[in-house]
Amino acid sequence: MGVGIEVINLNAWYGTNHTLQDINLNIPANHVTALIGPSGCGKSTFVRCLNRMHETNPIARVTGTVLIGDLDIYEDANPVEIRRRVGMVFQRPNPFPTMSIYDNVAAGLKLNGYRNHRALDEIVEKSLKNSALWDEVKDDLKKKSGASLSGGQQQRLCIARALAVDPEVLLMDEPASALDPVSTAKIEDLIFQLKSQYTIVIVTHNMQQAARVAEKTGFFLNGRMVEFDSTHKIFTNPSDKRTEDYITGRFG
Amino acid sequence: MRARIRTLTDGTATGLAVLSTILVVAPLVAIFIYLIYKGASSLSWAFFTRNPVPVGEMGGGMANAIVGSAILLTVASLIGVPVGISGGIFLAEYGRGTKLANAIRFTADVLNGVPSIVMGIAAYSLVVVPQGHFSAFSGGVALGIMMIPTVCRTTEEMLLMVPNAVREAALALGVPNWRSVLAITVRTASPGIITGCMLAFARVAGETAPLIFTAFGNVGWSGKLSEPIAALPLQIYVYALSPYDDWHRLAWAGSLVLIVLIVFSVALVRYVTSRGVLKGAS
Repeated sequence: MGVGIEVINLNAWYGTNHTLQDINLNIPANHVTALIGPSGCGKSTFVRCLNRMHETNPIARVTGTVLIGDLDIYEDANPVEIRRRVGMVFQRPNPFPTMSIYDNVAAGLKLNGYRNHRALDEIVEKSLKNSALWDEVKDDLKKKSGASLSGGQQQRLCIARALAVDPEVLLMDEPASALDPVSTAKIEDLIFQLKSQYTIVIVTHNMQQAARVAEKTGFFLNGRMVEFDSTHKIFTNPSDKRTEDYITGRFG
Repeated sequence: MRARIRTLTDGTATGLAVLSTILVVAPLVAIFIYLIYKGASSLSWAFFTRNPVPVGEMGGGMANAIVGSAILLTVASLIGVPVGISGGIFLAEYGRGTKLANAIRFTADVLNGVPSIVMGIAAYSLVVVPQGHFSAFSGGVALGIMMIPTVCRTTEEMLLMVPNAVREAALALGVPNWRSVLAITVRTASPGIITGCMLAFARVAGETAPLIFTAFGNVGWSGKLSEPIAALPLQIYVYALSPYDDWHRLAWAGSLVLIVLIVFSVALVRYVTSRGVLKGAS
């Protein structure tokens, strides 16, 4: 099951660049929340702060509080533990190139010392079914490399890989921006199905996509969160002038 | 008109590329053919099964030198490969941008340029003098140290070629960093790392100078790492400088065997390590 996320006074820097300023936000459990905004507005940095990937860059710094369920991720836990509870799908599909499809999905568990092979088979099958890829790859699981799949299939493989470690939250950083419309539609269907089991946060450049998949939408601009509300409200009757300008295409 | 000029330019460039390739490959092929011409006639069963015999006696072989070279190269690889790969992993994954890493990289590059005879003297003073005698082990140390810079720098380069997205993917799954480095990054770069190891191996396999003060050579069998041991390059060196025609022929045969053994071991490692590669793996 998914858990809610509470963000209090979150600030982030890359070197001297203050990329996120005083973000406060409540992301509801088992819903899809979309983050929109022009390039460089900090939305990717924001999701990377939710699983402590931001700090993997040596010049990056974070202050503030992020609660994933009851867990204060910057106080109570180490990054490795958090990343198992908060899965992530990246903009460009990034399967492990030397691993088979099966090993890609099993990687998160295997590399954490999981050795129960029968259970692993089941988890791999379930994860691939959840990511709607099973029927396309079930005959080549151990024969083909993850890199041999098409771009859209690779992205669904990456989703399966993230689901296999059984996270509570799934972060998706522009998961469909490198994909064609058919693959994009598949990913969106998938997001719709997955929200019953996970809390999903999706960063997107594509406003129609946000409108299609998300119940809640946040608008980021220049490192600040301008507005956060129900998707319907953001797209039909935004409170802030800047949000309105952005969604009506006056800038960005 | 323009199209014709382009076709012509294209043809010239292709021609030059082919010509350069031939120029690069030709000496190698020429050496190999010459070795076969000079050495193949002296190859016999005895060459592989018998030890050298005293001057004046006909026959004899290099069995001890072949085995000796194998032992020396095993010791060298056991030292050079793990140290070199660990160093490369440090440079690419942990020390990026640090002063220590820059110092190590610089040292490795200098070490790569040190003449091999100096490496022999170093191993002599480090191992032979304290032990009080020449030994196979000291020869292996000299060759092993020579392997380190090549293995280290190619490992680093190959690891740097692994896209950062692959590292991020592993970290985002909650895989601890050390595990991600070993199981994901190094594994992704492994074909290149293996090539680096084989380059280093092939290079030291033919080294003579570092062995003169260390392995020393031996006319008979030596099964112990603490004793002087024969090696193909040493044996070739001694035989080639001798005034005897019979020894000259053996030196040619030894050279041929040395090259074939190097090619064979490189091919074997490549075959063994490429078996697990999957369809479509990049």
